[in-house]
Amino acid sequence: MSILEVEHIQKSFEHTEVLKDISFSLEKGQVLSIIGSSGSGKTTLLRCLNFLERPDSGIIRVNGESLFDSSASSRKNEAEIRKKRLHFGLVFQSFNLFPQYTALQNVMLARELLAKEQPDYKSRKKEIHQEIEAQAEILLKQMGLADRMQNYPHQLSGGQCQRVAIARALALQPDILCFDEPTSALDPELTGEVLKVIKELADTKTTMIIVTHEMAFARDVADHVIFMDDGCILEQGNPIDVMEHPKEERTKQFLARFTQG
Amino acid sequence: MELILEQLPIVIHALNIGFLQTLKLFFVTLIGAIPLGLVIAFGSMSRFKPLSYLTKIIVWIVRGTPLMIQLLIIYYFPGLVLGNPIWGGGETGRFLAASVSFILNYACYFSEIYRGGIQGVPVGQTEAGLVLGMTKTQIFFKVKLLQMIKRIVPPMSNEIITLVKDTSLARIIALQEIIWAGQAFMKGSQGISGAIWPLFFTAVYYLICNGILTLLFGRLEKKLDYFR
Repeated sequence: MSILEVEHIQKSFEHTEVLKDISFSLEKGQVLSIIGSSGSGKTTLLRCLNFLERPDSGIIRVNGESLFDSSASSRKNEAEIRKKRLHFGLVFQSFNLFPQYTALQNVMLARELLAKEQPDYKSRKKEIHQEIEAQAEILLKQMGLADRMQNYPHQLSGGQCQRVAIARALALQPDILCFDEPTSALDPELTGEVLKVIKELADTKTTMIIVTHEMAFARDVADHVIFMDDGCILEQGNPIDVMEHPKEERTKQFLARFTQG
Repeated sequence: MELILEQLPIVIHALNIGFLQTLKLFFVTLIGAIPLGLVIAFGSMSRFKPLSYLTKIIVWIVRGTPLMIQLLIIYYFPGLVLGNPIWGGGETGRFLAASVSFILNYACYFSEIYRGGIQGVPVGQTEAGLVLGMTKTQIFFKVKLLQMIKRIVPPMSNEIITLVKDTSLARIIALQEIIWAGQAFMKGSQGISGAIWPLFFTAVYYLICNGILTLLFGRLEKKLDYFR
């Protein structure tokens, strides 16, 4: 069974149809790269998966459980949506770290707030806190930030910020980790260090969806590639097929700019 | 000069009493306007249109007219026009009327500062909190509040320093604050008359008070300097 199934997702803003009938599925432990020009709907698709936008119609299932179904009439309340979005993690293009917290606190905050809802929180307070802190330290070390844990975001480089953001998303152990152009705000050198940790995550079989303009990286790391254009999935398949032998004229046109450069 | 030295203890005593009333009006205004400003800020940002229009009109009127006129209207209008002097006579009544005018006036200015602070926190902060499974309340208190406070400290300190000096406007309804106390020695009080220097001397009080406030706000800004 696929870990993620997306069926017939549609989304319009005002009078512009941004997503037109998007369907795909993803297997556990696989990496999906979504490529395509700006404005093709890639980011909106990720935002729908993370419940930052509500699709107009369609179905989203994780592990066979329906998280969103436009045909089911009941409107979900905030608490339910909150639980459902924890299946997904999202790493933003602009990091969106919390500036008043250190790297370590950024990684710990969400889990600490969630822990307060546990029934045994009061009796095990200290223990839980230590557990969360230990996990956050492991994650930051894994991101190569062992000596940066006590730094505030403004004291870190863009690449370091993005790695903190990845650790922060991983702290909640999402089923699927999404990246929205994670290196678009970084220079080539910093891009390299962020791509390196994403590659490491792929090697440890983390299920990921990566929206990116780094074509070489997408081909290298992905098990499956989707090419989006004007709100539709124009082509999908394994990276070699889609990126080296594209069938559609539009895909060839898009990829030509990268292979020439 | 000798005469001034002779008058000094009497004048200082009178000015101290006046300044106490100035400070009282200052603190009452702060205590009232800081929370009321927040209510007005949320009102003007409300998605319920009638409420947002109403608060915007109130803010427009209050910011668009002189505080001195507002003091006169609030103090005299109920008694002279409606025939119902709700404030009563005497210093207590004048103080009440002045407090209401100042709180309303300053709440409107504060509300605009708050609005800037709230809207100045990038939407990405809220979104990051949401995808991490936080509730809207947690996002407000744990993520946005401190960033808002950091943003509003410089404009608030500016406005609060202006408030110290604006309290002198309450002189127009004869509130016995420090300017009133200084002026008394021109007309004649406690055996001193025709003296204008006590009025000039009141400036020292404002200067010291605002000096202290400037230092306090400087320290607060520094405290919040650890993040950007």
